[in-house]
Amino acid sequence: MKISLNVNGKSVTITAADPHMPLLYALRDDLGLHGPRFGCGLGQCGACTVLVDGSAVRSCVTPVATVDSKKIVTLEGLGSAGKPHPLQQAFIDEQAVQCGYCINGMIMQAAALLQTNKKPTDQEIKAGLAENLCRCGTHLRIVRAIKRASEIAA
Amino acid sequence: MTRHISEEGPTSAPRRDFFKTGGALVVTYSLGACTSGPRVVADQVAPPKTVALDQVDGFLAIDAKGRVTVYSGKVDLGTGIQTAMAQIAAEELSVPLDRVTVIQGDTLLTPDQGVTFGSQSIQNGGMQIRQAAATARQALLAEGAAKLGVERGTVGVRDGVVAPKAGGKGIDYGTLIGGGDFRLTVDPKATLKDPKDYTIVGKPIARIDIPDKVTGRFTYMHDFKRKGMLHARVVRPKAMESTLQSWNDSDCRKLPDYVGVVKKGNFLAVLGHTEWAAIAASRTIETTWSDWAGLPDQSKLWEYVRSTKVSKDEDLQKVGDAAEALKTANAKTVTASYNFAIHTHGSIGPSCAVAEIVNGELTCWSASQQTHLLRKQIAKMLSMRPDDVRCIYVEGAGCYGRNGHEDAAADAALIARETGLPVRVQWMREDEHGWDPKGPPTLFDYQAALDDKGNVLGWQSEVFIPDRPKDLAVALLTAELANLPHEESHPGNIQGSLAIPYTFPNIRVIAHWLAETPFRPSWIRTPGRLQNTFANESFVDEVAAAAGVDPLEFRLKNLNDPRGAELLEALAELATWKPRAAQVAASGDVARGRGLAYVKYDLVRTYVGAIADVEVNLKTGKVLVTKFYVAHDCGQIINPDGLRNQIEGNVVQTVSRTLIEELTFDRSRVTSVDWASYPILKFPEVPDVAVKLIDRPNEKPWGAGEPTSAVVPAAIANAIYNATGARMRSVPFTPAKVQAAIKLM
Repeated sequence: MKISLNVNGKSVTITAADPHMPLLYALRDDLGLHGPRFGCGLGQCGACTVLVDGSAVRSCVTPVATVDSKKIVTLEGLGSAGKPHPLQQAFIDEQAVQCGYCINGMIMQAAALLQTNKKPTDQEIKAGLAENLCRCGTHLRIVRAIKRASEIAA
Repeated sequence: MTRHISEEGPTSAPRRDFFKTGGALVVTYSLGACTSGPRVVADQVAPPKTVALDQVDGFLAIDAKGRVTVYSGKVDLGTGIQTAMAQIAAEELSVPLDRVTVIQGDTLLTPDQGVTFGSQSIQNGGMQIRQAAATARQALLAEGAAKLGVERGTVGVRDGVVAPKAGGKGIDYGTLIGGGDFRLTVDPKATLKDPKDYTIVGKPIARIDIPDKVTGRFTYMHDFKRKGMLHARVVRPKAMESTLQSWNDSDCRKLPDYVGVVKKGNFLAVLGHTEWAAIAASRTIETTWSDWAGLPDQSKLWEYVRSTKVSKDEDLQKVGDAAEALKTANAKTVTASYNFAIHTHGSIGPSCAVAEIVNGELTCWSASQQTHLLRKQIAKMLSMRPDDVRCIYVEGAGCYGRNGHEDAAADAALIARETGLPVRVQWMREDEHGWDPKGPPTLFDYQAALDDKGNVLGWQSEVFIPDRPKDLAVALLTAELANLPHEESHPGNIQGSLAIPYTFPNIRVIAHWLAETPFRPSWIRTPGRLQNTFANESFVDEVAAAAGVDPLEFRLKNLNDPRGAELLEALAELATWKPRAAQVAASGDVARGRGLAYVKYDLVRTYVGAIADVEVNLKTGKVLVTKFYVAHDCGQIINPDGLRNQIEGNVVQTVSRTLIEELTFDRSRVTSVDWASYPILKFPEVPDVAVKLIDRPNEKPWGAGEPTSAVVPAAIANAIYNATGARMRSVPFTPAKVQAAIKLM
């Protein structure tokens, strides 16, 4: 079946043989995006996070057919290396990456958090990212980066 | 080319030709360009480049524009090594950093500098690159002077231009070497740059890879594609050593984009034209496996370890006569046993690889920390010549040791061989948690004797760790399942840091090398030294308490190592350590305490000391680590911010391993197969970390990827003791264990 998606401001149509296929595979395999990442396929780690109509959503457990006509934003849609989003710039400034595999989820979750709480405290950032897992132990830098972005954006 | 793939047909479906399945598979193969990641695909037309460890050309090339390519056998596993290697080479060659590119872990292009493990990338791999660059610099200076018609001693180099020191026209590297070969043996005595002249090494240079990683432009292994690539998923046995009795993919054939299976022995993989088709097929295929229940009872794991056949005993350290000292009349004796649970690597991105065979030559793209070793293992498995196998490193999710990356690579290689097509294998979460090799369980027994003045008369420790066969490699799971040639698995647990740095008069450290261990064993960050330092430094704390001496004072008194003492004093200052700090009175249900631990890694390199501040909920047994103080001396620092990033990561990851992590299993298989059953530390529980770096620019640089982890468990255990009086001797320190230990008091 054909499914229309609005990804990073552009309308695209993909052919999904299975409407239950998670959005993640449409983004990565059909659209060739590298931002959203496969981590668990269970909605437990957050590596696959994208924004759907402004909310942070786990794309690995979101059937592609359910986001037809909704606005999807991925890490690529936030900004680019040439023109980074304040969060992306803050992650560069704080060097808040080790392997970086989880970082897509950290930035997308933080983008959603900052929409509802423009000046979060460290505790609020930690609570907001409690279901995003990082194995390298980059947590402290990630918190500092989100804090920095919130201060710049304010 | 049409081949029958399966060793045998499906047991309930007619035997058939693989490539007719689904009817849609195009068998023709085109040598298409790689669709992404030009960085990781080398020019195959160029004549073979040397990868000799003693040749400058093994490590370095300079093109006509003066751009430098560094060929590093050590790879960036998310640790910042790529940037550090570029810094080392740029500094030694005196070229701007942005002129340097690093090619990593390509068996055709990079020297075999050994596995990227053991905190050896900078201290061994980086120093080989530094020496090659120094050799090149000397040659370029000589050549430049000759071309300029001046004395060798009168020229210097700046930004890749050789010019008279007194000023005047210079000549750049691009003109001098311009893409040609150096044809020079690395000179182990080539003069190194004086660290006082450094402008790049020792500076907190921003990492090269981060802008692409935070904008989705980076090509991870998981993003890497080849044209015409099939997607595969491996169907796992019901139990660790089950035999595949039958399989039926009739229902899979109703799925769109399904291709077929590859089966060899107990190795079964389903293939799709799309990734989702392969996943759907893996959930649809029907299999029956034999029963197998050969794992020990987890509730009696330590009895199992203690009763495992010992293949040999070995003295790892012997000073004086510990046995006699322990018998001293009227001596105060201290005894304790410790154990450390089985851990999994827990990479956030499950292992992934792509392989293809063209004209009988296999290329495998993998996030392996050991491409040169992987190449030999894959060649052995497929009975190929190593020269016909090329492994190329593409960065994946952090692996923290030998996780499943190599097994996924072997899966892809086998399937590519069987299908003749490029194949991508992506492990699912349950594959990674369930089937990557594990950090083996480790058990320790300690005894010490003290005189009435608190002096240690004798110290004895015994460790029960899996024996080490001759091969370094962890056997490829694919080869085990498919009954193909493979090595014996290396246990991964390491004796390093079990010998102690203290100057007790009588010391004996014994390893009981065990003939068996329940899971395919591997190295996980700080292998062996993590477990050994947990036990050593916990017991030091117990002995200091028995002696009635402050833990810091006790260590300083028994160390004959000024550099170690300086580190401990810097740590004490950082944390404002108060001698013989009494337990802080519990406020309500929460008790607070602090603990200290120290290591000189392997007794020959990086020094780390740590102090942990903890809060223990006396009712629930829950431990919260609120702050970690770390003093760190790894000699010359290449990149202080990269180093801090590593130290923070070591602390956070090891707090997780110490407080929470434990593999669970029944008699047949691993049961902790996701993040719910194998949880790790989350943001709200992450401690604050304060770091004191001791930089020694004129000393050799040592590793930093592991040593800080070593001191974390004992610092926490000793802090819990300081808070509650309870000794935590079994990792992880779960609330139930903490409650039980408090009740024992």
